[in-house]
Amino acid sequence: MTTRAVKSTNHERRLHPLPVRIMHWINALAIFIMVGSGWKIYDDDVILGWLHFPDSLVIGKWAQYGLQWHFFGMWIFVLNGIAYLTYGIATGRFRKKLFPISIRELLTTVSDALRFKLGHDDLTHYNAVQKILYLGVMTVGILIVISGLALWKPVQFSELANLFGSFQTIRVVHFLCMAAIVGFLVVHISLALLVPQSLVAMVNGGPTVDDGAPPEVNPTH
Amino acid sequence: MLRTPTPSFFRPRKAVDQRVLTQNRTLVHDINRRNVLRGAISLGALSMLTGCDVSEDNSVQKVLRTVSAWNDRVQETIFRPNHLAPTYSVAEVVKPPRFNAYYDIEDVKPIDGGTWTLGLAGRIENKQPWTAQQIYALPEQEIIIKHICVEGWDYVGQWSGPNLRDFLQRVGADLTAKYVYFICNDDYTESIDMATALHPQTILATKYAGDRLADPFGYPMRLRTSTKLGYKNAKWIRAIEVTNDFRETFWSKQGFNWFAGI
Repeated sequence: MTTRAVKSTNHERRLHPLPVRIMHWINALAIFIMVGSGWKIYDDDVILGWLHFPDSLVIGKWAQYGLQWHFFGMWIFVLNGIAYLTYGIATGRFRKKLFPISIRELLTTVSDALRFKLGHDDLTHYNAVQKILYLGVMTVGILIVISGLALWKPVQFSELANLFGSFQTIRVVHFLCMAAIVGFLVVHISLALLVPQSLVAMVNGGPTVDDGAPPEVNPTH
Repeated sequence: MLRTPTPSFFRPRKAVDQRVLTQNRTLVHDINRRNVLRGAISLGALSMLTGCDVSEDNSVQKVLRTVSAWNDRVQETIFRPNHLAPTYSVAEVVKPPRFNAYYDIEDVKPIDGGTWTLGLAGRIENKQPWTAQQIYALPEQEIIIKHICVEGWDYVGQWSGPNLRDFLQRVGADLTAKYVYFICNDDYTESIDMATALHPQTILATKYAGDRLADPFGYPMRLRTSTKLGYKNAKWIRAIEVTNDFRETFWSKQGFNWFAGI
C-alpha cells in the first residue's frame, strides 16, 4: 500500500482533490469558449452603443462560428457545472469551505485588503471575502444558464422567459451575468498570479489537509 | 440598435481572407512546437494571436456541426407541438416590419403577382400549382407575434394568411412526412420539421398589419411561424415540397443551426 492510500484512509486529503482540479480547468475552458463566442454573438446586435468587442478578442470570425462555439460550449459548461455543484454539495466541500461566513471577518478582510494587507499564508482557509465571491460567482453561473435557456427557447420555455420580462430584458440579464463573471475573473486571475502557490495548488492539489473533523466546530450548535 | 462593422449574416458575405494565416505560418508553427497551448484552448488563442479563425478548419467544423446536429435533435425533443407563443396587441405592432435578407433592401426583386404561381412537389396528392388569387381566397388566420432574429433583435409583427396545416391538408400532403421544404424566388431555401409546420401558429402569410405584403417582406407569400428564429421564415416562396429527405438549406449550409427553434 502506498503512503497516499494510507493517508486517504485517515481522511487526509489534498486541499483541492483531483475531481475539483479537473472540473476547475474544464470550467476555465468552457468559460473561455462561452465568453469569447458570446462576445461575437453580442457584436451583431450590441446592447450598449459604445461597447463593441474587437474582432481580435472574439471567438469565431463569422456569426455562425460564434453561434456554433456557444452552443457547443454550453454543454461543457452546464454538464461540468452540474457535476461540480453535485460534488460540492455531496462531499460537504461547500459547507466546509464556504460556510459559515462571519460578518466581522468580512469587515476585517475588506479593510485589510484596502490597506493591501493580503493574508494568504494559509491556502486551506478561505477568508470571508473569498467565500462571498465564490458563492456569488456560483449564483451568477446558475443565473447565466437559466437566462441562457430563456434566450435560447423563449417560446418553448415561455413560462421561464416571462419571469424575466421581455426578450430584450433576458439579453440584458445574460449580458450582466457575463460582466459579473468577467469581473470575478479579473480579480481571481490577478490574485492567483499574485499568490502563485494558489495557482500551483489548483494543478498539483496543494497541501494536504485533515479532512476528518470539520474545522471550527461551534459547540453551541 | 446599431449596425456594427463585424461580419454578419445580414450583409453579403465576402470570401474569408486567408493571408493572415499564411503570413503568420512561422508563428503558428513556433507556438505549436513549443507546445505552449494545447487542446481547444489553443484554438481560441490562435485565433486571437493571428486573426485567423480555426473555426473554419475542417476537423473543427466537423465537431461543431456534429454538436449543432445534436442540438437539432434536442430541440426536436423539447418542442411542444401545441404550446402557443406569446401574442401581442395591435398597438405593439411595428410598421413597417424590419427587413432582413442576405442582401440589402434595394436589391429585392419584386414578384409579379399576376404571373406568380406556387408549385407543389413531393409527398402531396394534388400537385396542381396555385395562383396568388387562389391563395388569397383561402380562409385567413391572423397572428401578432414576435420576430426574433438570431442576431438578438426582435419586433412585434401582425401577420395573416392561410394556416399551413390547413393548406397541407387541403392539398393532400403526407402529414407524417418529416420535412416541409420551401424554395424561394431569390434562390433561398429553407425547411422546417413537420411538427413546426403543423403548429397552430404557422401560416403562409400574405398580409402584414391587414395590408397586402409589401415586396421586401415576401410578396406574394411567405412563411411565418412563431416557433423559429427569423431566418427560417422563408419569403417569396415559389414552391413547397413535402419530403422525408433532409437537405441542407441556405443558412444551414453556411453553418447556422438548422432547427433554429425558439
